[in-house]
This record gives sequence, C-alpha cells and structure tokens, in this order.
Amino acid sequence: MFQVINTLLIGITSGAIYALMALSIVLVWRSTRVINFAQAGQALTSTFIGFQTLKYVDSFWIALLVAMVGGAIISALIEVTLMRVLLKHSTSGAIAGVAPIIATLGLLEVLQAVITLIWGGADSLITPPLSNTGFTIGANTLVFSPMKLAIIAIVALLLILLSLIVQKTSIGLSLRAAAFSPELARLAGVRVDAVRTLGWALSGATGAVAGLLLVANGNGSFSTASMEFSLLLISGFIAAVIGGLDSLLGAVIGGLALGIITAFVLMYISDSLFFIAPFVILLLVLFIRPQGILGKKGGRRA
Amino acid sequence: MTLNVENLTVHHGAIQALNQVSFVVRPGELTAVIGSNGAGKSTLLRTLSGLKSATTGTATWKGHNLLHGKAESHVRHGVAHVSEGKSVIPELTVEENLDLGALWRRNKSEGNATKREVFDLFPRLEERRKQTTETLSGGERQMLAIGRALMSKPELLLLDEPSLGLAPLLVKQIFESIVNVTKQYGLSVVLVEQNAMGALNIADSGIVLNLGSIAVTGSAQALASDPAVRAAYLGY
Repeated sequence: MFQVINTLLIGITSGAIYALMALSIVLVWRSTRVINFAQAGQALTSTFIGFQTLKYVDSFWIALLVAMVGGAIISALIEVTLMRVLLKHSTSGAIAGVAPIIATLGLLEVLQAVITLIWGGADSLITPPLSNTGFTIGANTLVFSPMKLAIIAIVALLLILLSLIVQKTSIGLSLRAAAFSPELARLAGVRVDAVRTLGWALSGATGAVAGLLLVANGNGSFSTASMEFSLLLISGFIAAVIGGLDSLLGAVIGGLALGIITAFVLMYISDSLFFIAPFVILLLVLFIRPQGILGKKGGRRA
Repeated sequence: MTLNVENLTVHHGAIQALNQVSFVVRPGELTAVIGSNGAGKSTLLRTLSGLKSATTGTATWKGHNLLHGKAESHVRHGVAHVSEGKSVIPELTVEENLDLGALWRRNKSEGNATKREVFDLFPRLEERRKQTTETLSGGERQMLAIGRALMSKPELLLLDEPSLGLAPLLVKQIFESIVNVTKQYGLSVVLVEQNAMGALNIADSGIVLNLGSIAVTGSAQALASDPAVRAAYLGY
C-alpha cells in the first residue's frame, strides 16, 4: 500500500510537468495548427534564462517569473518572425502543410546551438528551492517531498489561472474564436494575428515553467544534452495527442495519465521501459481512440 | 452613407470571378444580388468584407476603400458580413457567439444593451443562451449569425444566402427578420440569395450577376416583373 501511494505521488508530480508541456504544445496547435517541436529548445532556453537570473538574485521564484517572461517573448518572436511568414508563403504544393512543422525541428537545433554558444555544453546547476528529501510516514520515507508538493501546487495554480483566462475573459474568448474559426473571428473584429502571437506567448511561458520545474524535480543539474528535456518534449507531445490535441483539459488529463502510468510501469514492471512506455501508451490510444480522450470524432471542419 | 462599388474585378487564381462590377447601395436601402451558382455572388461579399483581395476597382464606404485593409478593420467601420452556411462558431455557446461580435467595441455595457435588443428580436436565442451552438437548428443558427452581426453595431450588412438549407416557413421568418432589423437600425444591406423571388420581394433594388458581370440591374419590383429575369432566375 505504501509503495502504491509512493508511486502514485511520483507519477502525479512528473505527470503535472508533462501536462504543462502538453499545454504549451496545445496552445500553439490551437492558435496556428502547428506542432511545435522547438518547444523543448524553448523550454531549455527559458530554463537557462532562469539559471542566468539566479546569478543576480537569490530567489528561485523570481527566476521562474523572469524565465516565464523570457519564454513568452522568445515564443512570440518565433511566431511573428518565422511562423507568420511561413504560414503565409507555404500555401500550396506538397510542402504546404508540413513546412512550418519542419521549420520547428530546425529551430530546435538552432536553439540548442545558441544555448551551447552562450552557456557552454557542460552541466549547469539550479538548486531546487525546497527540500527534495521525502516526507516520512511513521518509519517509512516517501520519495514525495516538499519540492514535489510545491510542483503540484504550482501546476494546479497555473491551470486554474489559464482556464480562467481562456474561459472567462474577453481575451480568452478571442483566443478560442481564433482557434476554432479564424475567418469568423476576423469577421467579428478579432485581430487574429495578434491573438495568435498571444497564444504562442502563453505557450512559451507555460513551457518555461515546465523546464524549471523539471530541473527542480530532479537533482538540479541540466545541460543542452539533458535526456530529460528530450523526454519532456516526447511526453508532452504524447500527452497532448492523448488529450485530443485541441483540448486544454485533455492535455492535463493526458499528462497526468502518462505520468502515473509510466511511474507504475517503472516501479512494478521494469525501469528499462522508461523510454518505451510513453510510446506504447501513445500507440494504444491511437489504436483505440484516435481522436484522443477528449477529441471529437470526425475531426473539426477546416 | 453610401456604398459605392466601381469597376470591381476579382480573380481566383487565373479565373476571373468578378468583371467590372459597379453599383451603389444608398443609406437604408436593401439591395438583392441574385444569379445562378458560380455567378460570383459570394465572391462579391467576401471581397467587400476584406476576406478576399480584389484585382482592380474601388469600393468606397464612409470614405474608406474597402478593398484595402483587413476584415477585422472593416468591422470597426460598421461593415458586418454574415458568411454563407456555417456562420457561427459551433464550439462556443450562443451567448459567447454574440459577445464575440461586440468584443472590439470594448464597452461591456453597450454590448449588453445590444445583446438585450438581439434577444428581443430573437427570443429563441435567449432561451438557448448557455447552450453550445452545435445544439441549434439551422434557423436558430441563422438568427444567431444575424444577431452576432448586429452585436458589432453595423451600418452596412452583407448577408450571404441566409435562406440556405432552411424550410420554407423558416425562410419566410428569416426574410421578415431581415426587413425588421434593416428598418430598426437603418442599415444598408447587400443580400446575396439563390432564392431570387424571396429576395426581390423584400429588396428595394436588385442586381442580377451572370458569370461575374452585372447582367441586369434596377428596382426590385422591375426585376421581379422583367420577363427575361423571370425566365432565367425565377423559373416562371
């Protein structure tokens, strides 16, 4: 029983981080219909921005805020300078649908090169702001720690904030209208280009939180070669697809489900399945329910 | 305020969709545009609302050339376009679809006042305000589309086939609503319709488009009694 709770809590924590990554992928997908593979690079860049901030201020939380702002700006710039142009020019031919997606793959490499240029390729360290020593229940010590608890709290807070923005505000209504029907949104007076940039900015900020929390969830060391960031992108992407790619709630459910299932597989089956488990889950979902948990059958009209 | 279209030519790639189209819509006037499929009726409206770019020509409205600038700017000059078919966003609720139309006004109380007027015009929409638009019937969707257009405080209303796919009784209702809102708000209206007789019945003037060019133009009454127009477009 103890082991089950322990595994569950570990799964929820990493699932919460996957959920953030999934959200950042869904936010971009909804605003421009692009799968943004560069998101891992953006999250890593934001994490380094946080790392740099920590050289001047001694607060992880301030560094987190600076990284969020930095991530939002980088993401908005990518949309304005790269995506807007690509989407406008690649409207016909075989390349039309995939050009922006391939561009994000290239961008991922570029971002990693830039990071290496600025911060070098060696391991960097961000000290987690809270203890990563687990809580004790009686004689047993959980892996679940104050840091992990804080991660879950931060993610929950962000989710509430994001859903309030999207569901209750005028900006949120513009975001949803532009996502579901850009043409009708424009006819209603929504400045769709600006709204798209905002979608990318929100995505960048969310990805920044995912990156820093990922580092804080581990031992604090990371680099451009970090396996964890590649896994974060893969897990976030898979979680987004499981959730239906269009749904914010779906992304969160997908992330948590992926985190929990992976944790149990590692604990009870084999930890050599670490990289394989997410893909097996993805394939199962695609076979059984290709539209995702919350996706609509038949897809959406263009 | 007069809509003044002069020598409007529009292409879809290499194909000419509109050829040297000129007409005037005077303030408070309802102009019906009729013609067979592919005559360029929808293209005309899409060009006027800024969704499609023109090759040559001008379209002046309140001192602005509608052929320049984007659709989202035209709304701010009082141009509202109810596009053909699915002109509401099914993923949003009825009320959200309406609110969307008034977002650019950045004035919640004004928007709510207009929403009250729309609900008075179409009580069915108020009953269903919290439902998603997917649950609405075709007629209700058309009401919602017109309601959303009204929310943006229009002076020039561009209506694309509001009767499309509706049962005859509903068609009559929608046409009546169009007459009502035109009078109530003193709108200038361009009404594109396959249902030529119904449209000419409520219009002040009419334009017959044929293969992208204006074939006949005149008062709605004159067109409805013109033997050539009757034979070609009214079917009797």
